[in-house]
Amino acid sequence: MSLAAHRAEPFGSLTSTAVLLPHDDIDTDQIIPARFLTTTERAGLGAHLFADWRFDRDGRPRAEFPLNVERARAARILVAGRNFGCGSSREHAPWALTDFGFRVVVAPSFGDIFRENALKNGLLPVALTESEHAAVVRNLARDSTLTLHVDLDTQTIDLPGTRRFRFPVDPFAKHCLALGVDQLGYLIDASGEIAAYERTHPSTVRTLA
Amino acid sequence: MSGRPRTLAEKIWYEHVVRPETSVSPAVLYIDLHLVHEVTSPQAFAELRSRGIRVRRPDRTVATMDHSTPTTPGARYRGASSPLPVIDSQAAAQLATLEANCAEYGIPLYTLGHDRQGIVHVIGPELGLTQPGFTIVCGDSHTSTHGAFGALAFGIGTTEVAQVLATQCVLRTRPRTMEVRVDGSLPYGVTAKDIILAVIARIGIGGGTGHVLEYTGSAIRALDMEARMTVCNMSIEAGARAGLISPDDTTFEYLAGRPHAPVGPEWETALARWRALPTDRDAEYDRSLTIDAPGLAPMVSYGTNPGMTIPVDGLVPDPRSLDNAHDRPALEKALRYMELDPGTPIAGQRVDVVFLGSCTNSRLSDLRAAARVMRGRRVAPGVRMLVVPGSQHVKHDAEREHLDDVFREAGAEWREPGCSMCIAMNGDSVGPGQYAVSTSNRNFEGRQGPGARTFLASPLTAAASAITGSITDVRSLIQQ
Repeated sequence: MSLAAHRAEPFGSLTSTAVLLPHDDIDTDQIIPARFLTTTERAGLGAHLFADWRFDRDGRPRAEFPLNVERARAARILVAGRNFGCGSSREHAPWALTDFGFRVVVAPSFGDIFRENALKNGLLPVALTESEHAAVVRNLARDSTLTLHVDLDTQTIDLPGTRRFRFPVDPFAKHCLALGVDQLGYLIDASGEIAAYERTHPSTVRTLA
Repeated sequence: MSGRPRTLAEKIWYEHVVRPETSVSPAVLYIDLHLVHEVTSPQAFAELRSRGIRVRRPDRTVATMDHSTPTTPGARYRGASSPLPVIDSQAAAQLATLEANCAEYGIPLYTLGHDRQGIVHVIGPELGLTQPGFTIVCGDSHTSTHGAFGALAFGIGTTEVAQVLATQCVLRTRPRTMEVRVDGSLPYGVTAKDIILAVIARIGIGGGTGHVLEYTGSAIRALDMEARMTVCNMSIEAGARAGLISPDDTTFEYLAGRPHAPVGPEWETALARWRALPTDRDAEYDRSLTIDAPGLAPMVSYGTNPGMTIPVDGLVPDPRSLDNAHDRPALEKALRYMELDPGTPIAGQRVDVVFLGSCTNSRLSDLRAAARVMRGRRVAPGVRMLVVPGSQHVKHDAEREHLDDVFREAGAEWREPGCSMCIAMNGDSVGPGQYAVSTSNRNFEGRQGPGARTFLASPLTAAASAITGSITDVRSLIQQ
């Protein structure tokens, strides 16, 4: 077990090919099935990313699944459908995605808990409007070798050629992501205020003798 | 307090702000109760250890083991000399890690073998740890369950588990609110589970994203606490991190005398505070929707997410009939996975396994409801039925009423408490291609085992389906 404190890698910009998996409502049980959650580590989950879609019952890769195409190994961007990452709170989902090599997920919308977990792990959720998203999907479906450029500072994603789309990022999350800032440190800095709050708000939970 | 009328969610929120939200930073929000389990905590404890940070409030932290624990009948932990049938060495190591972490940091742990061990969202309320007006977090999305008590309760990831262990706070922007009003009387055979499945079918699995759902109306008021927990539990299946119900006398009566609930003068003080919590008349929600309780029927899911749900007397939808062409591929994909034909009745579909349990439906009232259907009947040949009580306490209470005899005599398995077949990471699983009627909360592909197919339903529907071996409208088996 690594004893180094976990820090997210800072995010600036990247240019990469993308893997297209445009289903709606891809839940965290698909991203990382529960039977892989007995680990006590963060690392190594990329091997099980989308395990039940990626491998057959005997553990052989399904040739037609997009992550099993050789080119996918180099892709840093995943393009999915609506409500990506709905379901459970397992942070193993962004861990599996980043361990595989993804730094960006593009979708029209995200599950709340997944989106926040992703941002804490250097994985940028890019939410586009339905029509912008459709344009990205259309272009990738036509040419799977396309490279996309994602820039956090300007909050933009470029399709090669002329299209540029802006995406929203919460300012605090952006700051943390850009600098690899550790939110635990930020909270610890609030210790004085937390202690003051505790003095005026005693617990009503009765501890057992 | 005078001023603008406020919702329950707003009242709890502002009471817990340590540092207010600004345009560039979220609020620092204080957490009253942190529930911990074995699956989402080891990396958080490792983080604390690597930085040399202590747990700020072990007295506001409670741990249990539930997800990867065995539920094998009779397999109760009796010390190191009688090891449990844990599924594999990695799961055993995860359980041992929680035990070691709790010992090191002074966190109370309801370990296997403890007479209060159970599913985290069952034991919190049962022990009186869950109280109105609280903020409650756990590394588990079904933390929304605790909202039934008028507590703002939501699931968090492991990074935040570490943050709460270290500082008892999270960073949050204030969520929007959505009122889900359910008025009128529930028809015979229709339960809390059917209400929440109908809500999710109506607004969709992303319909509550960014919101706290507050359930109001006469049908909600009429529910007991266990039924309210069932409703709030599945708020996350509509995309809402939290569900809420304003506390009332039903809430207070449930809490009185629970092990961790306040007593004496402290109870009176708490009660006065709790009575001020309900949403003010004329308070405004960001969104609202109304559901007519008398129009509801027992609900069953047919697809691969909880929004794909229909009344038990309904037909499996036909992708060609969808108004929105965008939704067609998802429905086609779901029906392919489920191997169901469009346009066929959901009732009568074959069932191989029935699971009665999970943080949604494993409490005493759920077991009583199922037992009422099963008493004097037999589980259909070829059907395996697991009954997994939510906690040792539920198990004990059920056994005192001899519900275990009803289930065993019917041919069902009466097992030890845990998450079991809801998440299928402890060895309890549905086989590839098999159909399960499950009282749990998720029918995602492979949720109950690789290739498993799940029909979500109430305990009444699950019991009725176990008896006939196919999806069954409970109203055809028992009289009002």
